[in-house]
Amino acid sequence: MSPSGTWATAGRVLAQILHDPRTIALLLVVPSLLIGLVAWIFSETDVFSTIGPALIAMFPFIVMFLVASISTLRERRSGTLERLLTMPLGKGSFVLGYALAFGLLAVAQTAIAVAFSIWVCGLEINGRLWLLFLVAVADALLGTALGLLASAFARTEFQVVQFMPAFVFPQILLGGLFLPRAQLPDVLETIGDWLPLSHAMDALTAVATGDEDSGYIVVRTLFIGAWIVGSIVLGSITLRRRTP
Amino acid sequence: MGSMGTEAPAIEVDDLVVRRGRTVVLDGLGFSVGSGDVVGLLGPSGCGKSTLLRSIVGTQLVHGGSVRVLGEPAGSRQLRRRVSYMTQSLSIYDDLTVRQNLEYFRKVLVAPGGDTDRVLELTDLAGSAHEVTENLSGGQRSRVSLAVALLGDPEVMILDEPTVGLDPVLRADLWSLFRQLAADGATLLISSHVMDEATRCDRLLLMREGRFIADDSPAGLLRSTGTGTTEEAFLTLIAANDPPATATPRTRGRHRRAPAGQAPGGNR
Repeated sequence: MSPSGTWATAGRVLAQILHDPRTIALLLVVPSLLIGLVAWIFSETDVFSTIGPALIAMFPFIVMFLVASISTLRERRSGTLERLLTMPLGKGSFVLGYALAFGLLAVAQTAIAVAFSIWVCGLEINGRLWLLFLVAVADALLGTALGLLASAFARTEFQVVQFMPAFVFPQILLGGLFLPRAQLPDVLETIGDWLPLSHAMDALTAVATGDEDSGYIVVRTLFIGAWIVGSIVLGSITLRRRTP
Repeated sequence: MGSMGTEAPAIEVDDLVVRRGRTVVLDGLGFSVGSGDVVGLLGPSGCGKSTLLRSIVGTQLVHGGSVRVLGEPAGSRQLRRRVSYMTQSLSIYDDLTVRQNLEYFRKVLVAPGGDTDRVLELTDLAGSAHEVTENLSGGQRSRVSLAVALLGDPEVMILDEPTVGLDPVLRADLWSLFRQLAADGATLLISSHVMDEATRCDRLLLMREGRFIADDSPAGLLRSTGTGTTEEAFLTLIAANDPPATATPRTRGRHRRAPAGQAPGGNR
């Protein structure tokens, strides 16, 4: 694994996205628009103040998952991945390059979503703002890492698009967005406790309410970090130089 | 760049077997290629050419036999800068400019900074360096892919149908380039299904259904078959090798390898 291969790959992925301004616009604006829509739906109630933080966890996560999985699938299908694997590029460098490029986009996307939630939708944040950013960025990186992993199991675009609901929806359902995890049946509660998106939602909610100390939030962010590292490692292991 | 004088063949394939599901794609292939040769791998599409080339660059899962390149096992780490591969699909980034494509692959190969300009000149792409690859013609895009294979001055170049879809003038230009690269010491293995390109090679491997039906110089091939063109030679060889009935079992090596219970001729 070499840092130069990682940097070159990250730069190349960003250059590809820069050639596609519409994708950039969609990436940066869509999560904010969705959050805005939810805020508007619940404008007569105080629901938004409780689910708003979870939405900041959800939308960037979904968007990054899709973009990352489709772009690596495209790389497999076009033959560029096969060509790269005959070159001195480590599999880890390749995956990290992608994670770095999309991670940067995730930072920008999350910053916009957070700013929009607070200053346009009126989401109240009682905790520290930097912790909110920390968790939100970790969460978008998680979407990227899981997307990279998912694309390893997809042969076609149709499959990868369906991995989105398969990987993402259970995490939303079991994460406590619809019903707090404590009220779920025991088995589902336990599963939910081990899923990373649950911890992102918990942490963001805790920052918003200001009920918990920084330690609580850092521990949850580390949990998400472990999932990110695990997915990246697994993603590079499942990348095969030799294929049938 | 020149080899260190050790006389290992550039490419050495021995009893190579590749299966896909129950189909035998390559059936005990063996051949070797000396340094500095231009070898043409010819045969109808679907005969296993790409699978053989992928085995040599080490991206193909193989089921038997050995493949060595420059004395090392195919696909090993030491070879990744010394062997280049142009895949049949173009394997370039359509949404980047020509230069961005080449710069990225150059960095991955850790080739010197001037290499991008060198290969742009060699493939006559310097004028389109700043164009987005997507907007180029088919012939230009295929040259971008070839340019990538030239980066880092590889000792062995494995080119899968590099001239497909190109006009005759461009094809002739590329063959001159291939000859020039070989004269500088590179070894080239080039697949094609266009038989008339064969005359530009030092040696021809004619392939059909996963095995070689001829291995000769272009002149030798015409002499031995008593034909005037490579295409006729190929047809003559097929007729000689393959009696009319399609289900005829092939002879060489089959008794060892045919899996139990498989119908004769079931492995097309």
